Amino acid sequence: MQTLIIACGALAREVLALIKLNDWQHMELTCLPADLHLRPEKIPDAVERAVEAARSKYEQIFVAYADCGTGGLLAARCEKLGVKMISGPHCYSFFDGNETFAERGEVTSFFLTDFLARQFDAFVWKPMGLDKHPELRDMYFGNYEKLVYLAQTEDASLTVAAEAAAHKLGLAFERRFTAYGDLETALIC
Amino acid sequence: MSDEEDDLILDELSDEELVLQMHDDLYDGMADEIYEAVNILLKRDWVPYDVLTKALVEGMRIVGIDFRDGILFVPEVLLAAGAMKRGMKILKPLLIESGAPQLGKMVIGTVKGDIHDIGKNLVAMMMEGAGFEVIDLGINNPVEDYIDALKRENADILGMSALLTTTMPYMKIVIDTMIEQGIRDDYIVLVGGAPLNEEFGKAIGSDAYCRDAAVAVETAKEFMARKHNQL
Repeated sequence: MQTLIIACGALAREVLALIKLNDWQHMELTCLPADLHLRPEKIPDAVERAVEAARSKYEQIFVAYADCGTGGLLAARCEKLGVKMISGPHCYSFFDGNETFAERGEVTSFFLTDFLARQFDAFVWKPMGLDKHPELRDMYFGNYEKLVYLAQTEDASLTVAAEAAAHKLGLAFERRFTAYGDLETALIC
Repeated sequence: MSDEEDDLILDELSDEELVLQMHDDLYDGMADEIYEAVNILLKRDWVPYDVLTKALVEGMRIVGIDFRDGILFVPEVLLAAGAMKRGMKILKPLLIESGAPQLGKMVIGTVKGDIHDIGKNLVAMMMEGAGFEVIDLGINNPVEDYIDALKRENADILGMSALLTTTMPYMKIVIDTMIEQGIRDDYIVLVGGAPLNEEFGKAIGSDAYCRDAAVAVETAKEFMARKHNQL
């Protein structure tokens, strides 16, 4: 049965890696721009457009997004469209494992994934205006205590990048290897 | 900005021109210029309350509108707020001294599990600017903190803020606890934060969802006026 994964662009590498690792030849991937996360209210419409465009060509469609700041709106839309999605609030949670993440309750931690470690400037530093106004840093991050890098892969260069990001934000650093967490189980389902 | 504007001497502007210039400077987040202009208006015998409302609050109201309309973004709003804060630093002690009108008292804080306080800080500043006394509980507040502060401070308004979809449901826990304790109708409950909307505000039993700081001020004023009319 041919399955299309409609994923957030921030998950592209991870989904492709899992497809290769598991030899899921029945799966294809299409991605929506990762910067939709800067305006999460736009995610449900974007997902709906992608689902409708692909529906006639695939027997099954899976949406590789968690709630991602949509406040339940994406789940409601997916239900209406009759497609499944990833459970949990966001990718930090499902990479760490939704249950584990909730139990940890790390309110004062700021999270990076492999994608965000790689794209820190484009997706964090610049959109927050910190490239032009670094003096705003503590208004955004003053209540955080540490940056937790949730690593999907063993890549020393990403650890260096994540640690540099922590330093830039004035936060303590912790690396936690998660691999793909609940993403893999969600795709198997 | 042109060289001509760079050379602008604020002290040479008429009152009306200076106030309009202050709106522009707030919009551009120019804290030093705001500091200078506030001092000029005070030197010209403006009462502190008028400097605050006509120059600073009105300027931030314009910033709020353009933020709502997607013309300005969070960094610009933060710079504008920083400029207003600079002006407020001069005005605050003078306002207390001059007995500026007090419209009511608000207890405000971000909900349990949420440490994102940018929106809450903007609301607190604008409420203060509009003449409300603000008791700022800071971040990560459990229900007891809100209720203790409301009672202790004999407040009129509760303001709750959340940035995360995972923490916003906590607002309902606070309101439900107020209902259980029979105190819900003693207070005006306003809620806000990026992932909220009007529907959510109604569903959890708040009095109003406020999409930005300027709307919070207007809503608070409206509810306080209704409250006074009921007395």
